[in-house]
Amino acid sequence: MDNLVIAGKTYTSRLLVGTGKYKDFNETRTAVETSGAEIITVAIRRTNIGQNSNEPNLLEVLPPSQYTLLPNTAGCYTVEDAVRTLRLARELLDGHSLVKLEVLGDPKTLYPNMVETLKAAEILIKEDFQVMVYTSDDPIIAKQLEDMGCVAVMPLASLIGSGMGILNPWNLQIIIDNAKIPVLVDAGVGTASDATIAMELGCDGVLMNTAIAAARDPVLMASAMRKAVEAGREAYLAGRMAKKLYSASPSSPTDGVIARADTTTKKSTTGKSA
Amino acid sequence: MIQLTINGLPQQFESPINVTQLIDHLALHGKRIAIERNGEIIPRSQFSEQILVHGDQLEVVVAVGGG
Repeated sequence: MDNLVIAGKTYTSRLLVGTGKYKDFNETRTAVETSGAEIITVAIRRTNIGQNSNEPNLLEVLPPSQYTLLPNTAGCYTVEDAVRTLRLARELLDGHSLVKLEVLGDPKTLYPNMVETLKAAEILIKEDFQVMVYTSDDPIIAKQLEDMGCVAVMPLASLIGSGMGILNPWNLQIIIDNAKIPVLVDAGVGTASDATIAMELGCDGVLMNTAIAAARDPVLMASAMRKAVEAGREAYLAGRMAKKLYSASPSSPTDGVIARADTTTKKSTTGKSA
Repeated sequence: MIQLTINGLPQQFESPINVTQLIDHLALHGKRIAIERNGEIIPRSQFSEQILVHGDQLEVVVAVGGG
């Protein structure tokens, strides 16, 4: 079986999905189920104090017994905030140590601050977290994150929530070629073909949220993404044909074609036309 | 009278309370939450032991949808 292995655990799905931006928990659950994802990201936020204490909890809808929850540090701009958030997450999830680290650098672009990300990763790894790390598509940084002990590197395809697709496949290719740990494209996927391209490049998986949640029909898009990731993976494993620029090659036999019009003696039946 | 800051909001209590009592007070009993006190995690196993004192800063968090 062609499985995804992260930190020693085996997954059959190479699609990881977020749980934000859905209109309600029912849509969240249906989209996640349809996507086939086994790893789902969650955010850690202050609970509402003294209001709606009976409102349903995300973890009742998507129980940790059924999914591998991947708590993130979305919204964190400093090492300290990211580390504290994940310590809270580990306590919340009964010691679960697989986490998604992201340290943002700028609220407008949500581009990662890699200097801070490296520092946070070092602290978290020392505290025995298994760190899947959101990163810029810089191959050197990606390698440093791997060398320090991250369990997966997750370069952006384009900005978080932008849906701009894969802007620099060449950098992703270098990161993939250099890595001995899983490489997952995280952020920027807009539609199914983007996910397929990522997988065809040789990515081990794709993580997305907005591409599904902000589709007109999120559940249908979740289905499309599931197929797109599978198709891209199979195409990668199958090995694509070589590109032959300006060198066409017919798929049908070149022998045995019926007599060409200019070699027959019979007159045209259509009169004057050539 | 003590004052605790809970998720950024000040709240007054008649006397020092432990974390279990605070959870009951906030109607969060049975909810899956995690609590940080002055930047340090309070393990669930210590909820009934840790006594909160005037000036404590508490963060009470849950998992929510995110990407």
